[in-house]
Amino acid sequence: MSRQPLHYIPTTGFRERSKAVVEDDFLQKSFRGAMDFLMAKRAAQFPDGNEFESLRRLGEQIRRNSLDKLPALLTQLEANLVRNGIQVHWAETPEEANRIILAICEKHGAKRMVKGKSMVSEEIEFNHAAEAAGVEAIETDMGEYILQLAGEKPSHIIMPAIHKTKAQIARLFEEKIPGVAYTEDVDALIQIGRRVLRQKFLEADIGLSGVNFAVAETGTLCLVENEGNGRLSTTVPKVHVAITGIEKVIEKLEHVPPLLSLLTRSATGQNITTYFNIISRPRQPGEKDGPEEVHLVLLDNGRTQPFADEELRQTLQCIRCGACMNHCPVYTHIGGHAYGTTYPGPIGEIISPHLLGLEATAALPSASSLCGACGDVCPVNIPIPDLLVRLRTEVYSEPCPDARLKGQGAGYSPWMTAIWRAWAAIYGHPALYRVYSWLASRLNWLTPARQAGWTSVRTPLTPAPRRLRDLLKEKR
Amino acid sequence: MEPRQAPGRPTDVYFFATCVIDQFYPEAGLDAIRLLEREGVTVHFPADQTCCGQPAYTSGFHAEARQVARRQLDLFPEPWPVVVPSGSCAGMMKHHYPSFFAGEPEARKQAEALSGRIYEFTEFLVHVLGYEPKDASGPTKVVLHTSCSARREMGAHVTGRALLDKLDGVTVAQQDHEAECCGFGGTFALRHPEISAAMVRDKVAALKATGAEKVVSADCGCLMNILGHAAWQDRQEGRRQLSLPGEHIASFLLKRTGGSR
Amino acid sequence: MSARDRILQRLTAVQAKEPSPAPEPEHWYASRARNESADGRARRFAAMMEGARAEVHRVDRHNWVEKLREILAAKSIGNLLIAPDTAHGSAARDGLANSGIACLAYDRPIEAWKPELFHHVQASLTAARSAIAETGTLVLWPDAHEPRLMSLVPPVHFVLVDAAHIHATFFDALRAENWAAGMPTNALLISSPSKTADIQQTLAYGAHGPKELVVLLLEDAP
Repeated sequence: MSRQPLHYIPTTGFRERSKAVVEDDFLQKSFRGAMDFLMAKRAAQFPDGNEFESLRRLGEQIRRNSLDKLPALLTQLEANLVRNGIQVHWAETPEEANRIILAICEKHGAKRMVKGKSMVSEEIEFNHAAEAAGVEAIETDMGEYILQLAGEKPSHIIMPAIHKTKAQIARLFEEKIPGVAYTEDVDALIQIGRRVLRQKFLEADIGLSGVNFAVAETGTLCLVENEGNGRLSTTVPKVHVAITGIEKVIEKLEHVPPLLSLLTRSATGQNITTYFNIISRPRQPGEKDGPEEVHLVLLDNGRTQPFADEELRQTLQCIRCGACMNHCPVYTHIGGHAYGTTYPGPIGEIISPHLLGLEATAALPSASSLCGACGDVCPVNIPIPDLLVRLRTEVYSEPCPDARLKGQGAGYSPWMTAIWRAWAAIYGHPALYRVYSWLASRLNWLTPARQAGWTSVRTPLTPAPRRLRDLLKEKR
Repeated sequence: MEPRQAPGRPTDVYFFATCVIDQFYPEAGLDAIRLLEREGVTVHFPADQTCCGQPAYTSGFHAEARQVARRQLDLFPEPWPVVVPSGSCAGMMKHHYPSFFAGEPEARKQAEALSGRIYEFTEFLVHVLGYEPKDASGPTKVVLHTSCSARREMGAHVTGRALLDKLDGVTVAQQDHEAECCGFGGTFALRHPEISAAMVRDKVAALKATGAEKVVSADCGCLMNILGHAAWQDRQEGRRQLSLPGEHIASFLLKRTGGSR
Repeated sequence: MSARDRILQRLTAVQAKEPSPAPEPEHWYASRARNESADGRARRFAAMMEGARAEVHRVDRHNWVEKLREILAAKSIGNLLIAPDTAHGSAARDGLANSGIACLAYDRPIEAWKPELFHHVQASLTAARSAIAETGTLVLWPDAHEPRLMSLVPPVHFVLVDAAHIHATFFDALRAENWAAGMPTNALLISSPSKTADIQQTLAYGAHGPKELVVLLLEDAP
């Protein structure tokens, strides 16, 4: 891999980035096509609305119940993993997680790492840290590999390269992979990726992966994938490091099947993925392959913040299926990069403020029309619109010294607050409302022709000359 | 959404017009009232009504929203149904009021009692009145847009459609991405005008592509957004005539069925 | 204080509320159970797998080696990786003797022959422990005799599965086989050849694992 800089995106500037995308006809069409495809695939998996409702209630119960017992389950998970021979590490911050993983690399003299798809490794920006430490970390998921070649971040948590067309990928491969001629044939492109990456698997001395479910009762790590790169990353090298957020633990093995079903059907509309890789131990004496060491890094990075609040805790139920983004009209129009966060779309809007603080993410909770499509499809019933509303109260309220959320009040504006107070004073007092609305209707010719935001693409809002209450009086 | 049946056919209802209808679409409110009256229902309009509080609620200003919402709780002393000609406001009063006043036992009790009496306009016509409109006009093609909260919280896409389907002369066109948000979202349109603009652009294109003569909706918030954008486009492109007219479903129903008589 | 202790301390400092009701997956699965014969399950399994681009051959449990040889020849496969210490592995080796198809044995640690496995082996044969009808899924528990990479690195993967060991659902499989009592180093569910749709949502097979998945479904001769 070349030493090209990775282009990480600042979390501010949301408005500018989204504006650029909505004005790009080509991107508008390609996002629309991709989201239509994913929505249709999911819909085909849930033909029976009652089955979906009852299954997602079960999924919700499993995730809720596990979260309610989180500290106990984490220690149980740790004890069982250790008993199984898997080493457990805890990290409060991304820096700490990177240090832990790089220390494992150093201990083994590992310089070549193959990575299975892991959004948590994106969250901690591991590839940056690895590069600085002289470790070559190769993304092996086809989508992630493409993005690494392009020096970009994923724009979707399940389909990372969803913003790229095959023509762009064809050009990228021709440019970046020696000896490759331009081809838009998808099978051929995948075979090129396979050939390059097989060599990397062969040579790697360490593998990194994420975790979809960590089962406390057996000390088991579960990984969902289609390509086989996750299995290769966790089987071929001598050392396997898995990293996950502390919320991913579930209590029992029998909780896995319903969650797996919800995950794959919601994510890509598959009844199951090609592989479900269930890891409970490092290589045992006599076994001929598999890593000799397996490590798990448990990352907090702000997750304890929503945990402490009964309402916001629901954020942590997420199983990272991406259905909320596939169904979000905002995501469909601006794509994943505009958010500037590792997790885009509706789930990103409610989780990122805890990971990054509300100062850096102040624009996100309001970046939703609250249409409710995300909550409708969420396989674990997270009330995403309600949580967005809750985060709005946290962003816009006056900063208070004992705030429980990092960055509370980041969007506070005395001016905006004054407007809402005035609004409440008028609409909260019928007599005042009558005067105000009477004036607004009688003096409607005074209504400004330019109304912030509204009139850039709409005719001005003008009160009718007579209110309904006036018409009713006239009628009677 | 399970249809709710009111016990018997009510003789009296309250009408909660919503602030948008009172100030911006008064004809829609008037037509809704005329239609109810034509069906033999006495309509009571509490004069002290203002707004359900939703704009401040969704914007994250909850103390302000509560201050306004609280004033609406006292408006409906008789046990009559409360008809709301806007699905999102009905959803606010029906689904959000009870938890919104969780910390105030008295208000909460009131909110809970009120919640059970809140009916979205088309829901009330279909499920409570069993309204059977008789079409009295010539053939036309319309397209129905249902607001997101009306659809998700009140099931109004079903009842709105059921009403239009009963009109013999009316063909209801099917738009692409019917359930997708029009981009209004209250203050969302002001905080994120570019995204909202892209959403309404696509919505208007999908509605126009059906070739319908007009868009009909039970939600005036969406209508302000959709019709405002369509008219703006017309103005940009120098058209004198509206390329996408529209109206509240109450006005459409009333006109199709012979007016207020 | 360690990161571990600080994280756990933050979590335990939260006033514990009554845990929400315990989930009861068995009720959900029981409520959706089908009244289905073993043959019905086998057919559903085969149909699901075929729908996911796997080849499924229903064969007499005493004659599968012949079928294997036939398919290998038809696909012009020159060598087959087997697990020599398993009954099916040695049966395949015996059956393929003098067939012109070389049997390679996975009889040493991967480190001793990694390049050969990656570059030379054309196909492999493993057994499945059981299967799942609902999703068309093979359950593999690789072990010291039949290592993990056998089902992953060679471009064509042959799998033997006993029709008598097909469960209706994943839940039924792990309950009936009592997985929670002792998990292996690695357990696997395999439901199709390796695939990806990462380039413009276009499905392509043979991403990193086997390009072809051939299932020999072992049944009693009629």
